Amino acid sequence: MIEVTETAIETDRLRQSLFNPGAGGFCVFEGWVRNENEGREVQRLEYEAHEPLVISEGNKVLAEARAQFPYLEARCVHRTGMLEIGDLAVWVGVASAHRDEAFKACRYIIDELKQRLPIWKKEHYVGGDSGWVNCERCAAHGQQ
Amino acid sequence: MTGSGKTITVRYFAMFREHAGRAEETLVLDVKTAQDVFEQTRLRHGSMEPNGHCKVAINDEMADWSSPVNDGDTVLLFPPVAGG
Repeated sequence: MIEVTETAIETDRLRQSLFNPGAGGFCVFEGWVRNENEGREVQRLEYEAHEPLVISEGNKVLAEARAQFPYLEARCVHRTGMLEIGDLAVWVGVASAHRDEAFKACRYIIDELKQRLPIWKKEHYVGGDSGWVNCERCAAHGQQ
Repeated sequence: MTGSGKTITVRYFAMFREHAGRAEETLVLDVKTAQDVFEQTRLRHGSMEPNGHCKVAINDEMADWSSPVNDGDTVLLFPPVAGG
């Protein structure tokens, strides 16, 4: 199950929702907003997502992870909107019978999420300017 | 090109939305594929980057740049993603 939310991610609730009596291991990845990227001092981050495709593609990613690393339960939640330094941007949790599947599935899910899901991140810098991550180098010509 | 116009709704996201100055628009375009839609909107708005790392969806299904577009379709143009 994958979700997009405009409000703070409630980690305790998510963790409890993955309880499974057959699970002996639980692995979680939390992505936090940090104060620097590629030498620029970052003040805050702004996330945008196209939710219908985040959900459909995200559920494909979870199914792929389960096929390769059979887990019992998994959830992923991604924030949108304006986030401050230290805020939780993404949460991935996987419960499995043994730790190996949980570690590997969790890694697969966050890696694929970053590459495939229609989510965009705009960095707002301390100097007052801003830039879309992975996009700025391609915008050569400016608006006509 | 087909020689006949198709009514296509184009949706822009993130940087593309900022460059286009709008979230979506409906255009009559002489196009066969998603790639054609990208090229024509790029000519229209300038500054939209080459599509090597961009993605496209048609009617809320991920698509390839070579995917055909039909009259009435909604084409979603995604700049390079950066979740996480």
